[in-house]
Amino acid sequence: MSVRVYDLAHARAGDKGNTSNISVICYDTEHWDFLERELTPERVAEAFKHIAKGPIRRHPLRNLKAFNFIIENALGGGVTVSLAQDIHGKSLSNVMLAIELPDPK
Amino acid sequence: MKSRETIRVGAGAGTSDDRMVPALELAERGDIDYLVFECLAERTVSRENLARSKDPELGYSPSLHARLRMVLPTCLRKGIRIVSNMGAANPLGGARATRKEATDLGLGDVAVAVVLGDDVSSIVKHRGELTLIENGEPLESILPKMISANAYLGADVVCEALNTGAPIVLSGRVADPSLFLAPMMHEFGWSYEDLPKIAQGTAAGHLLECTASVTGGCFGWPGKKDVPDLARNGFPFADVTPDGAVVIGKTPDTGGRLDVMTCTEQLIYEIHDPTAYITPDCVLDISSIALTQEAADRVRVAGARARPGTPTYKVNVGYADGYIGEGEVSYGGIDAVARAKWAAEIVKERLKLQGFVYDDFRVDLIGMSSLHDQLDIRPEPYEVRLRMAGRTRERKAAHAIGFEVRAMHMHGPGGAGGACEPRVRDVLAVKSVLLPKNLVNAQVVVEGSL
Repeated sequence: MSVRVYDLAHARAGDKGNTSNISVICYDTEHWDFLERELTPERVAEAFKHIAKGPIRRHPLRNLKAFNFIIENALGGGVTVSLAQDIHGKSLSNVMLAIELPDPK
Repeated sequence: MKSRETIRVGAGAGTSDDRMVPALELAERGDIDYLVFECLAERTVSRENLARSKDPELGYSPSLHARLRMVLPTCLRKGIRIVSNMGAANPLGGARATRKEATDLGLGDVAVAVVLGDDVSSIVKHRGELTLIENGEPLESILPKMISANAYLGADVVCEALNTGAPIVLSGRVADPSLFLAPMMHEFGWSYEDLPKIAQGTAAGHLLECTASVTGGCFGWPGKKDVPDLARNGFPFADVTPDGAVVIGKTPDTGGRLDVMTCTEQLIYEIHDPTAYITPDCVLDISSIALTQEAADRVRVAGARARPGTPTYKVNVGYADGYIGEGEVSYGGIDAVARAKWAAEIVKERLKLQGFVYDDFRVDLIGMSSLHDQLDIRPEPYEVRLRMAGRTRERKAAHAIGFEVRAMHMHGPGGAGGACEPRVRDVLAVKSVLLPKNLVNAQVVVEGSL
């Protein structure tokens, strides 16, 4: 049995230039360690490989039960020149939420 | 409830096309002292600079008229001071428009303190050696196409504008959190040396700068993250004390929700490295912040830290970079996806036959791949909308995309419907450089008599 990030956390995506900034915030503090172990930059890179060239950095925010992922080269050249419909990549948080992780138990 | 020691800073807009009415509700029922309208997206100043080149009186945010007409009577009656970057590419023109609105509303002669100096185009045009942050190339590479160059000014000059006593402060480019920090510096005499307070004020500004994002907008998810009465969501404010204590609240008797979850999403939003969020005022560290629910719709923000500001301003350089053209048409029912794909190939071939070239080109099947790509693994929906878009140096080539997509009605696979008119827009690209602060002459001018 696997879980999705969606089951344990909520997320919001933002932008700056050609970089996507996606937060992952635990509903419950007790899942933070599990996500720290399993939601690695490598796993996120795999989920975003068709969208972003990377690199990807992860900033842990234990105080806020959260992580912040910085995904570079993710927004079609940046808000002002991108041909995408979702130029800000606001919908990219849903790619994050759909990532499957091993059973936490 | 706020004590006499507390000031209340409200957020009236978080983007140029933010909703209008919640700002009026905040002014009327929010018991606020300041109302801040943040209305500049990345490329807004470039766009307004073009407007100004056609008419020297224009160049401020076009929404200025409607927003001020709505709130001015209430704000002036109650002594709520307005702070806004709606001056965009022409803060002085914006101030004249503001004063005219006030006169037309029968509110008399209203002084406006204008923040100038963010327009650094005449400075950077002699500094082609500056490095573009985005690609490491010299600024020189885009100088010939430059439309605007604006430094993100800080709270210090906005505070100076508030010190004049003018009921309204209007600026061009100022960093979003700085617009909110300025009233705190003005009221409490904070300086950039008071780092813990500057940190708290900047964190509050960051929480407020996207208005409804902290009160349940851009948040809800049915059954998972429910938001009550989202249709009537209210705008937020910060209660701030002289020692830098901050509580975020929202207009009473409005919809939406304000809690630790909504505040956490907004706090991390666009922050990148959480220990080093660079504003013109400080380098903010949010990693130490604790958010606590103090009461219904009230969240306390504590523990923000900051290091002193950097010696440079970030400057957005806007430049013309060709055109984007796009078109859309829909297919439904049996083999809808196959027909849409065939149509895309026909359009591409026709564009090629006419000799048009594109720097970038994109085909989306809306309903399958327009947001997250991976067309090959998506299930086929009942209907799809084909969208084709390209970026090019030639307006004609941009227009041809929508023209040929629309022609799918008559010249493509069977059963195409609902094509849109061909769309073409000028690309106003933005790149940035860092400019030493001591080269920038930020200043305040008062329009009207105090």
